[in-house]
This record gives sequence, C-alpha cells and structure tokens, in this order.
Amino acid sequence: MSPKLILSCSTSALADLRSFIQLNLEVFGFSELDKHQITLAVEEVVANLIIHSHACNPNEIIHLEIKDLGKKVAVEITDKGDGFNLLEYEEPELRQVIEEKRKGGLGILLVKKIMDEIQFESKNGENMCRLIKKFPPNFK
Amino acid sequence: MLQIEKVREGDVLILQLIGEVDASNSVLLDQSIQESLQPEIKVVVIDGKELKYISSAGLGVFMSYVDDFSERGIHFSIFGLIQQVGEVFKILGLDRVIAIVPDKTTAVALRK
Repeated sequence: MSPKLILSCSTSALADLRSFIQLNLEVFGFSELDKHQITLAVEEVVANLIIHSHACNPNEIIHLEIKDLGKKVAVEITDKGDGFNLLEYEEPELRQVIEEKRKGGLGILLVKKIMDEIQFESKNGENMCRLIKKFPPNFK
Repeated sequence: MLQIEKVREGDVLILQLIGEVDASNSVLLDQSIQESLQPEIKVVVIDGKELKYISSAGLGVFMSYVDDFSERGIHFSIFGLIQQVGEVFKILGLDRVIAIVPDKTTAVALRK
C-alpha cells in the first residue's frame, strides 16, 4: 500500500511532512543527500499551496501519497481550490530576487532543479502535482 | 523548530542557527538579521553548524539582505554548513552571491 498523509493547511504542519517524506523514502535506496533534497522539493510545493492557495487556513487539507513506479518514485500532492501549476510559473533571476528583496520565488526553482519530472493535472476542482525522482543507479 | 543564539564580539555579530528553518519560522531569522543592521556592527556571521535544514523561506531571507549588507559595508558570510544544507545553496547558485566559508576565523577575516 502506498504511504499516505493528510496535512492541515498550516505551516506548523511542515515538520510532520518532512518526517513523513524522509521515513517513506528509506525503502528506495536514496542517499541522505537525495532524501534531503526530495523532502525539500515536496515541502516547497506544499508550503506554496498552504500559503498561497489556502491562505494558511488550518481547516483545509492537502493529501500526499508516495507511489513506487518501478524505477522511480512519485510524490502526489492533491488539494482542492485555486490550482497552482508550477510548470507555468516563470522563476525569477537571482539578481531580481536580491533587488526586489523578494522573500519568495526560490522555492519553485529548487523543485525544478531537484526533481526529474513534474506533472500537474487539474480536474473537477481537484489539483494534483506529481513530483517524480528516479531511483539511484543500481537500485532494484 | 528553530533557535537563534546571538553572540557579539566587538563589531562582529554571530548568529547561531540551531534546528530547521522553514516557512513557519523564517520570520524569526528575518527579525534577527534586521536587528543586526546597526552602525556599530561591521561583520555578520551565520554559524550554520547546527542548522539541519533550510527551505526557500529561509534562503529568501538571506537574499533579501544582500543589498542592505552591501550598502552598509557589513561583511556577511555563513560558515559550518553540513553537506545537505550547503548543497541547497549550491543548487540555486546562492554560493556565488553569499560568502560560504569553512569556519568562523575565515568568516571574520573577510573584512581585512
């Protein structure tokens, strides 16, 4: 069975999210560095949803599921509400982040650099962001 | 969970970050750095030895002060990062914008 987690839309839930991801990546043979980075990528997407799509409303929820796809792992992040398709988001240049003193904007860039594939679907008011990472070489 | 310890040594301010920085607590990091912008402070150093994790919320705080430090002539650097955290800075190329150094001595010597 795929590991699942239901998270309340509060930034205080992010520590639980990290524990869940770290724990459930163990079985796929990722290095500590890979696990750290995948956890970070998932957190960036979830934090973005909590803050921007759900305005930190703890009564709203986000579902997570970790799926073994054979040679890669997928973390599916599902929520209801205003969809945010990060594939359509244009990341800022570093210079822009510095000059505009933006405290956001780096998260999506991290996700795109860390994950091998990013998929986004939206239907019937439900949005799903799927973050995919290939297993390390020589695993399985 | 994030704890920030401040140590002042003359015109050097060291901020030791203990724990994890994420969107729930990055405001604490922001406040601590904001408070460090004083005329008598010439060097601000982040001690990252006990920093286990940082998300873009924390990285964005550092980036938002790059110009402030530069305009005020404050030498800003980070030392002691564990490999996983150091890699996050490298992925984004932040190590080209912020001085990431191996130890406190090197950090303090940057002003010379």
